[in-house]
Amino acid sequence: MSAVAIEGVWKFYGDFPALQDISFNVEGGACLALLGRNGAGKTTLLRMLAGLSKAARGSITILGGDARAEKTRQRIGVLGHGIGIYEELSAFENLRLFARLYGIENPRQVAMEWLERTGLERVSDGLVREFSRGMRQRLAVARAFLHNPSLLLLDEPFTALDDRAIAVLQGLLKGALAEGRTIIMSTHQLREALELATDVALINRGKLAFRGERSREMLEDPGWLYRHYGEA
Amino acid sequence: MSFLQQALAIAGKDLRSEIRSKETVNASLSFALVILLLFSFAFDPGSEETHEIAGGLLWLVFAFAGTLILNRSFARELVNDCLDALISSPASGAQLFLGKCLANYVLLMIVECVCLPIFIIFYDVRWPKQAWLLFLVMLLGTWGITVIGTLFSAMTVNLRLRELMLPTLIYPMLIPALIGAIQLSTVLMAGEPLGPDSAFGFKLLIGFDLIFTILAVALVEIVLVG
Repeated sequence: MSAVAIEGVWKFYGDFPALQDISFNVEGGACLALLGRNGAGKTTLLRMLAGLSKAARGSITILGGDARAEKTRQRIGVLGHGIGIYEELSAFENLRLFARLYGIENPRQVAMEWLERTGLERVSDGLVREFSRGMRQRLAVARAFLHNPSLLLLDEPFTALDDRAIAVLQGLLKGALAEGRTIIMSTHQLREALELATDVALINRGKLAFRGERSREMLEDPGWLYRHYGEA
Repeated sequence: MSFLQQALAIAGKDLRSEIRSKETVNASLSFALVILLLFSFAFDPGSEETHEIAGGLLWLVFAFAGTLILNRSFARELVNDCLDALISSPASGAQLFLGKCLANYVLLMIVECVCLPIFIIFYDVRWPKQAWLLFLVMLLGTWGITVIGTLFSAMTVNLRLRELMLPTLIYPMLIPALIGAIQLSTVLMAGEPLGPDSAFGFKLLIGFDLIFTILAVALVEIVLVG
């Protein structure tokens, strides 16, 4: 069974069709790089997969269920454009809150474990408003991963990350793939994404321009895909 | 986690953030005190006419001050896209809504409990003999303001003019609850015994609270996700 099945999905912003008849599947354990120029519709599609908005037409099945079903959301980790972290709470309080919302049995312990894994244990009681950008991003990564999701939805995960946060994220993504979890990430950083990806989907002005396995040509020449399937 | 525990986790998060930032309580309390002061210039505090409209003045202050708290309820989630993180979590729209309602309710009750004694002093009103009944009216009326305000706060969160839109939308909706609360508060502050009309006031408040709580819980998922 596919981890994600998208069938004939349309999305409109007013009269503007942001996504037009998108259909593809993502198998369990795959890492799909969702590529496209700015405004192509990558974030719109990821938001629908995350259950943050609904398709105007078509259907989306995530891990065998509806994207908005509680059981489905329990198994999805989302790292969007915003970090999804509260400025007035400490790093520990943020992770404990989300651990509770995800129904984790031992929220305190899990929060502390993830603070250690992301190198934030020394500032666990510090308020996020006092954190540097890199520290916030590592905390956001911890929030997205702390419930061991089966499906990870990442929107531009490498953008504006510092070296340490990139290393933490890449390590976690490789670990997730080795454990058979599914990853869908939209990105403009082709080299980092294609190194991890097993599959590629290219969206061009709301339409699916390419869907297939990542090939050797793509890895050797990240611009290859845009030249062959993207707009000029 | 149970339904209530998740709602409490969200309420706890909002209250903890507010205790640290104090942004809405300070603003709401200052605004309420300024209105109380202005009203005391507009109406002769010692006159019989003012005592007859005391309940109305009090609830206008609560409604105006409450809007400041309710406006920030969902707006505070826009920072760092926290609303997306909450909506994509397993917490349902109803849990998120009730959590926010509880936090707003506590904050608004704090503001009201500070304003009430000041109002009594400013307007030369005797402390009601049945103070517990006035407190009950405050509990019921405030829940009505909170439920409507929190739902519309979610609806207007992405609007640029949300500070203007929220009061424009909620005040007309609040008329039945305000009528009940004003009527009861006026009678209680005048020290008069509660009559048959008062029973209608309580029924109006309880009915309003029940109907709009159920409606809001049923509609909030559509409001948040579409």
